[in-house]
Amino acid sequence: MQETAPQAVHQHAPPTSFIRKHVFSLDHKVIGKQYYGLALVAVFVGMILSWLMRIHLGWPNWPIPGLDKLSAVGAPGGVMTPEYYLSLMTMHGTIMVFFVLTNAPFAAFGNYFLPIQIGAEDMAFPRFNMMSFWTTFTAFLVMIAAFFVSDGPPISGWTAYAPLSAVGKDAGPGLAMGQNLWAISIAIFCIGSLLGALNFIATTLDLRTKGMSLSRMPYSTWAWFVTAVISLLAFAVLLPACILLILDRTAGTSFFIASGLVLSDHLQPHTGGSTLLWQHLFWFFGHPEVYIAILPSIGIVATILPVFARKPLLGPRATIGCMIAIGFLSYMVWGHHMFVSGMNPFSANLFSIPTLFITIPATILTLLLIGTVYGAKMRFASPALFCLGFVSVFISGGVSGFFLAQPSLDVYLHGTYFVVAHFHFVMAVASIFGVFAATYFWFPKMFGRMMNDSLGKWHFWLTFIGVYCIFMPMHYLGLAGNVRRYSAFVDDYLIPLIPVHKFITIAALATGAAQLIFLFNLIWSRFKGPVASENPWEATSLEWSTTSPPPFDNFGGRHMVVYQGPNEYAVEGSMNDYAMQSSPEKIVTR
Amino acid sequence: MGKLFAAAVFVITIVSVAFFVMHTWWLPIDISTTGPAIDHQMDETMIGVGILFLAGQLVLAAFVWGSSNASSGKKIKIFPGGATPLVAGAIILVGLEILTLTLVGSKAWGAIYIAPPAENSQQIDVQAEQFAFYFRYPGPDGQFGALHPDKIDDGSGNYFGLDPANDIAARDDVVVGSLTIPVNTPIWLKLHSKDVGHSFYVRELRVQQDFVPGLEIPLHFTATQTGKFEIVCTQLCGLGHYNMKAYLEVVSQDDFQQWLKTQAGQ
Repeated sequence: MQETAPQAVHQHAPPTSFIRKHVFSLDHKVIGKQYYGLALVAVFVGMILSWLMRIHLGWPNWPIPGLDKLSAVGAPGGVMTPEYYLSLMTMHGTIMVFFVLTNAPFAAFGNYFLPIQIGAEDMAFPRFNMMSFWTTFTAFLVMIAAFFVSDGPPISGWTAYAPLSAVGKDAGPGLAMGQNLWAISIAIFCIGSLLGALNFIATTLDLRTKGMSLSRMPYSTWAWFVTAVISLLAFAVLLPACILLILDRTAGTSFFIASGLVLSDHLQPHTGGSTLLWQHLFWFFGHPEVYIAILPSIGIVATILPVFARKPLLGPRATIGCMIAIGFLSYMVWGHHMFVSGMNPFSANLFSIPTLFITIPATILTLLLIGTVYGAKMRFASPALFCLGFVSVFISGGVSGFFLAQPSLDVYLHGTYFVVAHFHFVMAVASIFGVFAATYFWFPKMFGRMMNDSLGKWHFWLTFIGVYCIFMPMHYLGLAGNVRRYSAFVDDYLIPLIPVHKFITIAALATGAAQLIFLFNLIWSRFKGPVASENPWEATSLEWSTTSPPPFDNFGGRHMVVYQGPNEYAVEGSMNDYAMQSSPEKIVTR
Repeated sequence: MGKLFAAAVFVITIVSVAFFVMHTWWLPIDISTTGPAIDHQMDETMIGVGILFLAGQLVLAAFVWGSSNASSGKKIKIFPGGATPLVAGAIILVGLEILTLTLVGSKAWGAIYIAPPAENSQQIDVQAEQFAFYFRYPGPDGQFGALHPDKIDDGSGNYFGLDPANDIAARDDVVVGSLTIPVNTPIWLKLHSKDVGHSFYVRELRVQQDFVPGLEIPLHFTATQTGKFEIVCTQLCGLGHYNMKAYLEVVSQDDFQQWLKTQAGQ
């Protein structure tokens, strides 16, 4: 691969106007912060929605103060209707998966740090970069607009299964304009993600500075690169799927709607579509999306953990190999979401095998992280705690995958809270722990100030214990057959399980409240935190060889040359116990 | 701080496992011929995965505990043997676990979904709609009437879209709102949806199957115990999803024949 001098591609001068500097900026660092800001707004919206849902599940008749102001129809007197519960659930899932778990670990931190970590001055296509953010922002506005249309947000879940999502208002409230906005928003989001993915791939392949071979790239950069490749293929399928859905809804086509359906006493004017086609297209995107959410966090933890363990990551080549293997296998497993969907039962066995196989690279990654902690001289700052917490919740979320990967067990557990527990642990909580670790770790570089470590530790402990109190009991509910996506539990066998739901609700409210500590810490430290040095954590990658925050061109006109891998900790015979990637010193022994 | 983390992971792990071991919340009784294989598979997986979970969490806790003891003069230690034994161990152990689960589990799956239904099965049509299940039995003629979606009319009780005026086979079809089946008799359901996706889930039968609009989905099982059980919908189908349910009544063969006669006479 030809190595290009970074200055050759840095084509835009420092902006001078406020608009070009802070709003329509071409600077990858500003765009990274914009993505982070959007994810931050989105995560608090999503979290408040989950609070409302949890309160309703624990105490269905309890009026929630102010909820009727948000929707007088959806929550008359503050008590939400069943359809409004489903609306909040749909919006919670959609906002969290797309605007938080895709944006924060990948688009936000990737944008900010991928170019710096490879010694480039910017992304390969700065204008595409700006467009990808503002496209994503537009998608968010369109999605939020669904709260304010007359029939309310859609009720078909974040998976928008057809024909519920395709036939329009006859299927129920929220399925007219609300569902249109959902489909349009996701289509726009796909465009933004495709632009971003292309940019990440081109930047990684073309803009590495002298000496930054692929094997010397930090693990976070590897993870963002692999994630970009996954995104490119995944969103390229979801986009046409959304367009077909929009056509079914607005142009009278029948891609996803079978003949002879009767809704609201109307024989639907559609013929010949396939309900399962939507599921195949959606999950061809949907399962790789799980890895779009989690791989960046794996890379982030693999980068940060050695910094605080003061020793190299165990098995660096195996780590990269496993990330690539996961990315490759992620395209062969979508059918495990469809074991009971009515697809050919023989295919269940075929989809089960690669699904189980994917646990091998995932297990190796986990073992390598645990092995890295062995014999370390651990510095227990907030980023380290969140990395260790990540390993714990990744184990918890990963092992339940063994159950759901088997059709013979999925036949009992599918559609229950066991699934909710599994994907929240492995995809949401683990990914968010990676984001928290990244935030505490890179905040000094991004804003030039340190975050408060004591508040960070309080945040960690309350969150770590909280997420176990929320999601571990959901496994038990799933084993008892507690169906998910119910707005109330009226079945005879579900009523005895309501106390468990009350416990989960209390845990969710407390854990959510703990996030306010994080928010306060972010805002307070931005203005009042102690000034950060260039390399406060004694880390090796290139972002720590420049000022905090970095100048507009990242390295103040210097053309970085890389001499070391990213993993040079516990180095002997050096002034420090580590060797920076930009350091030309020869490492003798370890 | 490291010791606190290790202790927290230890307590969380033990408490989590305890509820699984004590079966505080667990699967209900199994009443189907295919259920024991599934329950066996569940137990096997629970043990294998439980060991992985315990080992992963406790080793993490132990290593973190150890790493917090490091005094400033202490040398960093690299994992014995490096990454290779971990990678090899993961491939062999998890690989074996996967092969075992796949070989055993595919039999349990095949018994429900791949094996053809028995010749002498009691056939029952099921129609799912927002937000109810309806069940149709062939009357004394042993034949089902044809379905005509344009004739579906909930108001007059024509949930399946039968055309008794022109279709003799449809005239004696029995349509009811709960599923009554004879014990120890193979049952062959044919699932239809009137409108959107639904699902048929009976915990005690260990079966779950989606209704797919536009397709007829077969499902077969044999109940081994009499009793009354809940059928619930597990596929999001709209605002009344939470309340979409019916009852399954498993009765003796004689009671079933008597029940069917009574229904046909009405």
